[in-house]
Amino acid sequence: MKILIMGCGRLGARLAGTLDAQGHDVTVLDINQSAFRRLPEGFRGRRAVGNGMDGPALERAGIQDVEAFFAVTQGDNRNYFASQLAREVYGVKRVLCRIYDPVREQIFREMGLETFSPTSIGAQIMADMLLKGGPAAAGR
Amino acid sequence: MYVIVAGGGKVGFYLAQELLQANHEVLVIERDASRSAAVAEELGDNVMNGDSCEATTLDSAGIARADLVCAVTGDDEDNLVVCDIARQRGVPRTVARINNPRNELLFKKRGIETTISATTAVLAQIEQELPTTDMIPLLQLHSGLEIVEIKLPETSPIAGRSVREVLLPPESLISLVVDPGGVPRIPSGDTRLNPGDALVVVTRRECVNLLREAVIGSTHGLDT
Repeated sequence: MKILIMGCGRLGARLAGTLDAQGHDVTVLDINQSAFRRLPEGFRGRRAVGNGMDGPALERAGIQDVEAFFAVTQGDNRNYFASQLAREVYGVKRVLCRIYDPVREQIFREMGLETFSPTSIGAQIMADMLLKGGPAAAGR
Repeated sequence: MYVIVAGGGKVGFYLAQELLQANHEVLVIERDASRSAAVAEELGDNVMNGDSCEATTLDSAGIARADLVCAVTGDDEDNLVVCDIARQRGVPRTVARINNPRNELLFKKRGIETTISATTAVLAQIEQELPTTDMIPLLQLHSGLEIVEIKLPETSPIAGRSVREVLLPPESLISLVVDPGGVPRIPSGDTRLNPGDALVVVTRRECVNLLREAVIGSTHGLDT
C-alpha cells in the first residue's frame, strides 16, 4: 500500500519503520531534515522535507497517489488541518490522525475523521496496569 | 448579536473594537496571557485568556448562544479548528481569516462560507493596477457568481462584433462596456465591441476560463 506519514517524531518514525518492514511503500514528510535521524536503520521508504500545512509540499510528497495518510506531528490543530486537506482536497481513502486533546479528539471523530488520542488510551492502560495487574491485562 | 472573536492580535483587537462600537456583545479569546492582559486594558471584560481551539474554552465562553464566531488568528489550522468546533456546537455563522490563499478551497469544502485573506486582497489590488493583466477579478459573490473585467485585445475574436453576436459561456452577461477613454456604457444588443474596450462581465466562477477564451482567444496554456 502507498502510505504518506506527516511528522517524523518518535511515533511517526516508529510507524514508518513498522509499515516499511511489512513491505509497504512509505513516504515520510517532515518540516525538519534532521527529524529523519529517528528512522530505523535500513528504512527503504522516501523522505520528503516540507510543511504539511501547504498543498504543494504534500503534492511533492505524493499525496495524490497514496491510499493512506497519517497525521502525527506534535500539533493537534496541524494534524486536524492536514487530515482535512488529505480527505477533502486530495480524496485520500484512509486518513488517520493523532489528537492529544481527548475533548477535541472526540469532536473530530464525531465529524467523521479516524482519530486516536494517546492521552486517553495511555491513561486507560496505566490505570489498568495498576488495578488489573500489568500491561498484559490491559488488553495488549 | 453575540460575537466570539478567536485571536486577540491586531485583527482581532480592532475587529472587537468596531463591533463593540456598533453595540454588539463581544468576547475576544486570546491564548497568550500577556497579550490577553494588554487587550483587556482597552476592552475590559470583553477579553478571555484561553485557547479557543479547545472546546471547553469555547463552551465556557458561551458558544452555544453565539450568533457569530470570527476566527482571526495568524494560523490557518487554528482558524479551521475554531470554525469547525463552532459549527459542531451549532453556531449559525463562522468567518475565518486565511493566511495562505491556497487554503481557501479547504475552508469552502468544510462549509465555512466567509473567508478573508489579506494576501488575496492585496494580490487582487496589484492585479487591478497591472496594465498587462488581461482579466481582473473585481468581486466574488457568495452564490458562485463572479464579476470580472476583461480588456479586448486587438486580436480578440469578438472585436468588431455586436453584443448580440457574441457567444459567451452559460450564465455570463456583459453588464458594462468601458471605452478606452474611460466612458462606461450599459450595452444593448446592438452595442459594438472594439479593441481596447473593457468589459465588465458577470459570470460563474467555473466559466471564467471559457470566458477568457471567448473574449481574448487562445490562452496558450498560460491560465492563472
